[in-house]
Amino acid sequence: MPDALPERRITLTVNGKEHSAVTEDRYSLADFLRHGLGLTGTHLGCEHGVCGACTVLVDGEAVRGCLMLAVQAEGRQVTTIEGLAGDDGTLSPLQAAFMDNHGLQCGFCTPGILTTLTAYLRDNPDADEPELREALSGNICRCTGYDTIVRAALAAADAMRKGATA
Amino acid sequence: MSSTAFVGQRVKRVEDPDLLTGRGQFLDDLKLPGLLEAAFVRSPFAHATFTEIDAAEARAMPGVVAVLTARDLPAEMLDKRILLQVPHPEITYAVTQEPLATSEVCFVGEAVAVVIAESRHLAEDAAERVIVDWEPLPATAHCDAALKPGAPAVHSTMTDNIAGRLNLSFGDVDAAFRNAAHVIRERYEPHRGTGHPMECRGVVAVYDLVSDAFRIWSSTQTPHNTQRAVIDMFGLAEDHVRVITPDVGGGFGPKNQVYPEELVIPAAARLLGRPVKWAEDRREHFLTTTQERDQVWDVAAAVDDDGRLLGIKGTLIHDAGAYLPWGIIMPYISATTLPGPYKLPAYRMAVTIAFTNLVPTTPLRGAGRPQAVFAMERLLDAVAAKLGLDPAEVRRRNFIQASDMPYDMGLTYRDGAPVMYDTGDYPDAQAKALAAAGYDDFPARQKAALAQGRHIGIGIGNYVEGTGLGPFEGATIRILTNGRVAIYTGAAAAGQAHRTTLAQICADELNIDVTDIDVVGGDTGVMPRGAGTYASRITVNAGSSTRMAATELRGKALALAAAKFDVKPEDVELTHGAVRIKGEQGDSITFEELAKMTSGMPGYALPKGVKPDLEASGYFTPPQATYSNGSHVAEVEVDPETGQVTILKYTVVHDCGTIINPMLVDGQVQGGVAHGIGNALLERMVFDADANPLTTTFADYLMPTAEIVPTCDIVHMESPTPLNPLGAKGAGEGGTIPAPAAIVAAVENALSPFGIRITDCPITPQRIVELINAASETNQEDR
Repeated sequence: MPDALPERRITLTVNGKEHSAVTEDRYSLADFLRHGLGLTGTHLGCEHGVCGACTVLVDGEAVRGCLMLAVQAEGRQVTTIEGLAGDDGTLSPLQAAFMDNHGLQCGFCTPGILTTLTAYLRDNPDADEPELREALSGNICRCTGYDTIVRAALAAADAMRKGATA
Repeated sequence: MSSTAFVGQRVKRVEDPDLLTGRGQFLDDLKLPGLLEAAFVRSPFAHATFTEIDAAEARAMPGVVAVLTARDLPAEMLDKRILLQVPHPEITYAVTQEPLATSEVCFVGEAVAVVIAESRHLAEDAAERVIVDWEPLPATAHCDAALKPGAPAVHSTMTDNIAGRLNLSFGDVDAAFRNAAHVIRERYEPHRGTGHPMECRGVVAVYDLVSDAFRIWSSTQTPHNTQRAVIDMFGLAEDHVRVITPDVGGGFGPKNQVYPEELVIPAAARLLGRPVKWAEDRREHFLTTTQERDQVWDVAAAVDDDGRLLGIKGTLIHDAGAYLPWGIIMPYISATTLPGPYKLPAYRMAVTIAFTNLVPTTPLRGAGRPQAVFAMERLLDAVAAKLGLDPAEVRRRNFIQASDMPYDMGLTYRDGAPVMYDTGDYPDAQAKALAAAGYDDFPARQKAALAQGRHIGIGIGNYVEGTGLGPFEGATIRILTNGRVAIYTGAAAAGQAHRTTLAQICADELNIDVTDIDVVGGDTGVMPRGAGTYASRITVNAGSSTRMAATELRGKALALAAAKFDVKPEDVELTHGAVRIKGEQGDSITFEELAKMTSGMPGYALPKGVKPDLEASGYFTPPQATYSNGSHVAEVEVDPETGQVTILKYTVVHDCGTIINPMLVDGQVQGGVAHGIGNALLERMVFDADANPLTTTFADYLMPTAEIVPTCDIVHMESPTPLNPLGAKGAGEGGTIPAPAAIVAAVENALSPFGIRITDCPITPQRIVELINAASETNQEDR
């Protein structure tokens, strides 16, 4: 086994800010964000691509941070939960709706659910309940039983249709 | 006087802003200078011995700082096992885990060594290179098999696999069965699952050489138990071991235990002089975090011609797994829960707790109750079928009435007090559930559906749940010099919103806003005494303590201000963060000034004869458990071709006494039902004959998802208990407890044209198709 593990420098934009950092080739994007950049808002729930807690947006699309290598994010735009609120800290309509509708309990799966729904509601602003449940079917939440998450998503969609922004 | 009224309102959570923006601080988010990371070397065998561990190659790997086996641990840890959490006289072999196994492992995943390296990646690389000279032994994979003659010994030191026996009884059971018009015998087998909080376990430890003290962060429900175990292991004084819970991403019971990692990581931090972290991954969670629910019930009901219960007797085999970290309390709870909301004249249950070579079992949301309720409710369904009665009617004929309260069941509960139901209206709970579920119209719905070739069914699950166990959970409330109010409590939260709940209770007493209050929980450094977050006990215990402390603090603030103004205490009042003299022109003093006055700060003179005391502590000690209850009705559709079950409607009537925050209770109920749906339809830890786990990813072990869990129709009843100042009962587990019984009954009812009976759970699509095929073969043979 070689002493030096393969690593390389990558440059990417995270939450609107450019970062250049060295990462081991084998690091997942989630590990890089958490340990390389200190953005610990992205959580790892299973590390095998099922639970969805580590979901981040890469060039706007919801991606499992545990199934993508950090080096694959070279030159990409990444958004994490830390980047969902407005620059002045105003919660996004989705984040605000989660607070209003009790859409979270322990909050561990919440980052992946917020990123998943942020992308989904952008592309499907008129989504109904069955569509939202299908969109959420790749995110496991053990606490809530999902009802309040669905209510929050419907409320956020409604607010955004009426012009709400972060 | 204006006053706040937060108790009883749907107050938004003070926890949310941080968690919604990525500012939460969970265990694996903690960053400390010089932090090392750990990976454990774990047994690939369910039962094996070993003599040598060769870590030479691993120690030479890049970034590796140390590889520790049991022999490398500090001298204090030699020959010691983890402190047994709940001792019980009926335990026959009180064996808990060693911090690292010394010569024998008894389940797949048991740790024998730990690698400490500069990163988790490097630690895992090296852990793969540690060589252990395993000598595999025969293993026992199920509690029923464990008790058969010739079963492999789970521990090589044992001659049988019995961890303990319990015999519970009341009434004349033999007479009941002699006089019975009908006797119905059944065997029920609920299966193992686990809690699966989305955050796995984890621990960070720092050792302070100057003070010979540990600071330990653990993703636990019970920091005080961890502290007690560390104290026991290392022989330190209480104030040399501080255990802190960061944000905890769910618990559900399994984080209520003390685990080997919580002792080994502090030991490593002390040996190496650097902070060390271990963050469990999901695979380790499947292998090593406690599980629950494998039981075998052989039960018989004696009933009269009207379906009234005369007696129930039977045996219960409970799967302990390989060790007894939490004693034998779960089967005890199971046996005392079975009678439920029904008048049972006579009862006898013989319980045997069996070791198996599986990860240990400890309380998991419901803690032995979902299985007991499954057995009882399925037994009543069998009585109904035998007598040709409606299942709801059989229950109606047997309910304890509201006028019977308080009702002494005839058993002793786990807290040593009689099982004495305090308040509740069980017949009304079922009536309300049936009405909300449209139960009376269901036969017509079912007939219409069947005419379209659709199989729909309905099922009922009723339960009574002992909650709010003592001994206590304290709260200290202090007015701070920044004008804010702090509540310190031993209670550790894992998503339940203790901060919001306790702040609501305190805010009403002190006439301030919930956002003026900071709640610090789950830190032995701020609250030296505590039990833990389990048994749906925090609102009852910490909530009542908060009320008591806030009331006392209110009196102190009024007295201090009165002394300051030289008026009588009854002439001043609290008003939004200040105390003022009653009347339009009255002087006032803010909480901030009062706190500074009592802090010793120069320039703030203390009135004569007054103590500088602006804090109060409450330790509510409940006299006994308080009993929550509820009634669930599930309506399902089953596809007999594929075995797929769709829950069409789910109705919950829930009574947890006085509700502090209906939004939070709704959340607990809905989330609890989701967990129960997993237990009913999806979640099963499967092991092969050699006790190797076969379900070790979320692709094999299915969790309920948004497409499966319906929105529950929740009806609240509030039967306040006289047993605590809030009138509150526990709410965290009731959603889960009756769900498997109700859903499985509904599935069986939907498949009544096929004549199948379901006596185990979860009932997976594969199992449904098996049962249908078996039934149709039998029918053909009958022809």
